[in-house]
Amino acid sequence: MSATAQIHLTHLQRLEAEAIHIMREVVSEAQNPVMLYSVGKDSAVMLHLAMKAFYPSKPPFPLLHVDTGWKFKEMISFRDDLVAKLGLELLTHTNPEGLADNVGPFTHGSAVHTDVMKTQALKQALDKYEFDAAFGGARRDEEKSRAKERIFSFRSAQHQWDPKNQRPELWSIYNVQKHEGESIRVFPLSNWTELDIWQYIHLEQIPIVPLYFAAKRPVVERDGTLIMVDDDRMPLKDGEQPELKNVRFRTLGCYPLTGAVESTADTLQGIIQEMLLTRTSERQGRVIDHDQAASMEKKKQEGYF
Amino acid sequence: MHQSDLISSDIDAYLKAHENKSLLRFITCGSVDDGKSTLIGRLLYESKMIFEDQLTALEQDSKKVGTQGENIDFALLVDGLAAEREQGITIDVAYRFFATEHRKFIVADTPGHEQYTRNMATGASTADLAVLLIDARQGVLTQTKRHAFIASQLGVRHIILAINKMDLVDYSESVFNEIVDDFKSFAAQLDIPNLHAIPVSALVGDNVVEGSRFMPWYEGPSLLGYLESVDVEAEETSLPFRMPVQWVNRPDLDFRGYAGRIAGGIIRPGDDVRVLPSGKQSKIARIVTMDSDLDEAISGQSVTLTLTDEIDISRGDVIATSDTPSEISDQFDTTIIWLSEEPMLPGRSYRMKTSSRLVSATVNAPKHKTDVNTLQKLPAKTLQLNEIGNCTLAVDRPIAFDSYAENRQTGSFILIDRMTNNTVGMGMINFPLRRAANIHWQNLDINKAANAEQKGQSPAVLWFTGLSGSGKSTIANEVQRRLFATGRHSFVLDGDNVRHGLNRDLGFTDADRVENIRRVAEVSKLMVDAGLITLVSFISPFRAERELARNLMEEGEFIEIFVNTPLSVAETRDPKGLYKKARAGNLKNFTGIDSPYEAPENPEIEINTSDMSVEEAAELVIKGLIERGIIET
Repeated sequence: MSATAQIHLTHLQRLEAEAIHIMREVVSEAQNPVMLYSVGKDSAVMLHLAMKAFYPSKPPFPLLHVDTGWKFKEMISFRDDLVAKLGLELLTHTNPEGLADNVGPFTHGSAVHTDVMKTQALKQALDKYEFDAAFGGARRDEEKSRAKERIFSFRSAQHQWDPKNQRPELWSIYNVQKHEGESIRVFPLSNWTELDIWQYIHLEQIPIVPLYFAAKRPVVERDGTLIMVDDDRMPLKDGEQPELKNVRFRTLGCYPLTGAVESTADTLQGIIQEMLLTRTSERQGRVIDHDQAASMEKKKQEGYF
Repeated sequence: MHQSDLISSDIDAYLKAHENKSLLRFITCGSVDDGKSTLIGRLLYESKMIFEDQLTALEQDSKKVGTQGENIDFALLVDGLAAEREQGITIDVAYRFFATEHRKFIVADTPGHEQYTRNMATGASTADLAVLLIDARQGVLTQTKRHAFIASQLGVRHIILAINKMDLVDYSESVFNEIVDDFKSFAAQLDIPNLHAIPVSALVGDNVVEGSRFMPWYEGPSLLGYLESVDVEAEETSLPFRMPVQWVNRPDLDFRGYAGRIAGGIIRPGDDVRVLPSGKQSKIARIVTMDSDLDEAISGQSVTLTLTDEIDISRGDVIATSDTPSEISDQFDTTIIWLSEEPMLPGRSYRMKTSSRLVSATVNAPKHKTDVNTLQKLPAKTLQLNEIGNCTLAVDRPIAFDSYAENRQTGSFILIDRMTNNTVGMGMINFPLRRAANIHWQNLDINKAANAEQKGQSPAVLWFTGLSGSGKSTIANEVQRRLFATGRHSFVLDGDNVRHGLNRDLGFTDADRVENIRRVAEVSKLMVDAGLITLVSFISPFRAERELARNLMEEGEFIEIFVNTPLSVAETRDPKGLYKKARAGNLKNFTGIDSPYEAPENPEIEINTSDMSVEEAAELVIKGLIERGIIET
């Protein structure tokens, strides 16, 4: 985004500049950084910002995708195409024990599945490659406990987050010092809102997974949530018959845990229009957030990203 | 056209308009019950930033734990962490976001609770503006003054005095005016260039978004109206150009770019720049971004610059305009806010991080601290958590900087504890000290190399550390005997002996222990310059000071020798009867008893005296010196 012939930066230019500044600080001071790439829209923006931050060099770190084995098929093909096109290094990790035990959301429930295939898998991957800094695409507007998290969030050698003992973050001077074994989760998109993300995707024409756009997809309705039948591992209950509905997704995760919304928005403008007119937040589609109010804080103390 | 109509009818036009919004970062502060969270909740609610599922949750929570009976308790929307909810107060900095047609806002919600000054300072450090809440029934409280003082210290140039709960004082103009006058008479001693007062009721929602329904006597804009229109950016772009270099971009031999975020002013290709602290001059060749090269870049943008000349630039250097470059110094007068439970230790070496440079810094005892309630200047030996003081500070190499009053980016720094890695202090540079500029090194013809060559040895410091009674002096004595016997030139600095003379004025508090070691480290450096193998035998209980001593020497000159004796063994030996006294309570601050000993993490040499004789220990040290090329066999 060029700032020629203007004396003020727009809010998106400021957010972009801040995120780039954060990434460069990490690369300068961490020994072995990695970018967690979840294939979603926030990751798409984060990756785009990384391409900008180090241009004409490539981002000097690999991408890491924690693959639970239950991601939408379209996410995986989109991921592989994009990484090949950009010429980046992609690491993927699936919890081998979870895989051996056939852990999945249908058989073990969302809580166990998320813990084993996502939280534990992430810790395994960070330990395996000895990453000391990991970029994540989380935003403070997503959820209340995130609003108080720092941009540079420290984790003990056991990957634990201590909300009562966070380092103060002053100006844009980031303290990257840490002990052997400790790591930092870094959130360059901390100050972005969902609308900022979409506006930036629109303005910068950033490619995103087609699942965000409305199309006819086979879904079943469970407890008021539309679940897409992405493969034949989904056991259908008596009387359940997948229906072709015009749906799209506001967030992407494991397909059995991600609710679709009925929609006709098949363009970026359409998505933004729908988002602005809708009256429910994006996390509403996430099955794991629906328990008690402080659940996310608990998950984070345990090491959930 | 109203924006929701525009969204439905012409989304492209809406996007076009909204892509050009500006950004305002502000903080809200006030006392515990002034209604900050309620006000922010109200702003989020009124600007349609609350979704239905969140609203449903809010309604449920309001009934369960709210303080507003059957009504929605907006404060619950903002109070994040579970523990805080139970206490009913906000205890950390939380960031909230909302947008109107003209602006996006980032709000730092900072607590009013007495002991959390550091959180307020955190929020203020990135804020362009502060909303200071006052309960109309209470008027200006001690905390109001404190928050105004901190905001002004942190260079927040715009303050809105939001006089809240006007509904509880019958929307009285005279109450409002009295509070404003009261505040202004206090604020006259602070540096607040733009002060504006607005009466509101966050609970009722009056004069928050729309103009007031109940206060016809108030003619100014509503709170949100003011926030939308105030200009806070122009000052930054009118500053002299500065860009701290974050990262040197070298994809191949043909490209060398300097990546950073512009910290003031405007830059164009062809502009003359000076690289600091080296002072080398060049011109801007290109402003590189992934989209295309820019004709111009302004304060706040992250860019990559290339220069017309090949000069050596690394991370932490500042590229500045040639006309008015940054200053360079290694000693400063600063204002420091202490953020840690552990008090500041004058003389201790901390890591200091400026915009993108990490250096070592030593803080001197405060000239004074400021009582944030009365603004009185008080004498102080150190700074405790949440205290603000005026201190001089020395860094280990000259750095480029501006005074904080001129530039918040290049005039600020944080202090980091070497042991815990925590951010323990935040500081603002006021001005450089003349001392640094006027005392130059005297170049002597007979230098360290000449001294060393004459003696046929490489000078070094053998730093023996360990508990009292661990055997440091005994081993040091034996090592020196052997060095002497083979014709080496050496000297032993012994803790007890030095305390009889040079350090006679020091006691055993943490601060005195730090100074004790600092002096000995400096003396041993002089001895190394004289070409001597210097044996230091000091308990030296703190890692930070041993690190300081190490950093004074050249690479390879400092050999840390950990004389490792368990406390129980040392206590049994008790050669000077000190442990007995300490156990009896007759000797305070005794290392190992009521004062900590921080064992070395990676000593060059470790001696376990439990399974080694004095002779074997000395042999081990001599062997270590041979291996390191300090002496030959």
